Amino acid sequence: MSHPERLGSQGGESVGTIAEPPHVNETLAAYAARYGLKQSAARPPLRKYIQNVWARRNFIWAFASAKNISMYTESRLGQVWQLLTPILNVSVYYLIFGVLLGTSRGVPDFIPFLVTGVFMFGFTQRSITSGSKSVGDNLSLIRALHFPRATLPLAIAVVEFQQLLLSLVVLLAIVFAWGEPITFHMLLFVPVLALQLLFNVGASLVMARLGAFNRDITQLLPFIMRTWLYMSGVIFSLPQLINHKAALKDNPWLSGLLEANPAYIYVELSRHTLLGEYRGYVHKMGMHSTTQLWAYALAWAAVALIGGFWFFYRAEERYGRG
Amino acid sequence: MADTKVRGTLQIDPHREPIVVVDDLHIIYRVFGAGGKGNAASAFSRVLRRESRPSMKEVHAIKGLSFVVYRGEAVGIIGTNGSGKSTLLKAIAGLLPPHSGGVFTDGQPSLLGVNAALMKDLTGERNIVLGCLAMGMTPQETRAKYKEIVDFAGLKEGFIQYPMRTYSSGMGARLRFAIAAAKTHDVLLIDEALATGDAKFKVKSKRRIEELRREAGAVFLVAHQLDVVKETCDRVIWIDEGRMHMDGDPAEVIPAYIEATGK
Repeated sequence: MSHPERLGSQGGESVGTIAEPPHVNETLAAYAARYGLKQSAARPPLRKYIQNVWARRNFIWAFASAKNISMYTESRLGQVWQLLTPILNVSVYYLIFGVLLGTSRGVPDFIPFLVTGVFMFGFTQRSITSGSKSVGDNLSLIRALHFPRATLPLAIAVVEFQQLLLSLVVLLAIVFAWGEPITFHMLLFVPVLALQLLFNVGASLVMARLGAFNRDITQLLPFIMRTWLYMSGVIFSLPQLINHKAALKDNPWLSGLLEANPAYIYVELSRHTLLGEYRGYVHKMGMHSTTQLWAYALAWAAVALIGGFWFFYRAEERYGRG
Repeated sequence: MADTKVRGTLQIDPHREPIVVVDDLHIIYRVFGAGGKGNAASAFSRVLRRESRPSMKEVHAIKGLSFVVYRGEAVGIIGTNGSGKSTLLKAIAGLLPPHSGGVFTDGQPSLLGVNAALMKDLTGERNIVLGCLAMGMTPQETRAKYKEIVDFAGLKEGFIQYPMRTYSSGMGARLRFAIAAAKTHDVLLIDEALATGDAKFKVKSKRRIEELRREAGAVFLVAHQLDVVKETCDRVIWIDEGRMHMDGDPAEVIPAYIEATGK
């Protein structure tokens, strides 16, 4: 770290040679300050930083689009993969859970339930994974040009959001193909998506800072993510599990902890808004209400976004240093 | 020479406005992977014993530099390989933290290096747009500057549509310089970026550097080709082993440097 309070000793004795008396014995640091020069590595005040980020909103958007396009340049099918990947994903899950195992464990509309879970969890998972690489992968850009570094994880979150929008086409097609009626209630899916996006932005900001200074994170993340997947009720219904497992019933703090998990919140809330039958199924079990999910979803989005931005900003001047 | 100085004394011209002040700067950086056993077992036992990596070495690259650069100056930095030239530029750009002392600048310095493309998987076209937007230009300004940048970079026909990883090192450096030079920088730091350009590009970039200087900034140039330094700069700083060796007029410093290095 730099020491703004430290004054140059060498400059102090030497400027005595200049003509103007008021500057005699002035240190170089004081001389620089008199002309309004700033420490070159200093981080701007938070307010200014947010303004800078906002001024780069076009950059964020252009960067995200460019990343999206370049992602598939090496493959022959190119952009078709953006749609093909979610379709293949769904086919695999349908094959395993729908055809081979044939178990829905009593969850109504199991395939839409599963697909919603996998897609919505994948949205957060990918934001975090690519967020952790957002600084390290763009070092040449960071070292070449000066811009607020927070734009990089923000752009990554936008990339993942753009990818998700295409997956949603597949998701909605499946939801309707399973005979889900179109209701006004489904409009609530839009705010769920917005809240999850805000949470992802915050999480990817946190991971960007962690990943920038500790490259080992990228090796560990796949394992953490897989554990998180199994904890979040993505491929099974967590309310059902809590209802049936005696161990969870006896320890309400444990089930409370599982129910506060942000990934679970956003996945479950998406299902509540999109799948009417599943919503009824959970409510019939007498489990926590949808309102509780909304409260958690809002809180997590706010905490992650504000905390994540602050956390990332605190190390702004250190990104890209070798 | 009035402002030629010897280590330890520093004269300040009270009639000119400083833009970069380097104050008793020391840079010590850590290098990883310098020798040592690199297998997984030894790494794991180190983690368990909470030892730091044995392969980590500290390099004292800049040992107490002080100088003042005024508005409108083009400063060439010369010295042998490993004398700390690039490190100094990185420190001025704010990319390396000072161990002690400090660098004070007006505005944000921009460093132009030789390493790789901006975003190698993207086309030159997209790199231009992203580069301009990242520097804080509006989409309108970017569109207005686009043609100018392409012309300035002077890429071969059609190359602007190719990903930057297909570019030769000279082409990449030219495009980078063209993008960075599209904006007026308060302080522009150029690290060997012009070395790979051909003769025609050198003339163009020299003209652009002069324009940037006139627009009230300062330009730092690190180059091994002394003729480039002589033509472009009006002040030369010679550093040796991280210390100031000589600072003054190119006509004075360069011959002394040539004599000392035995060219």
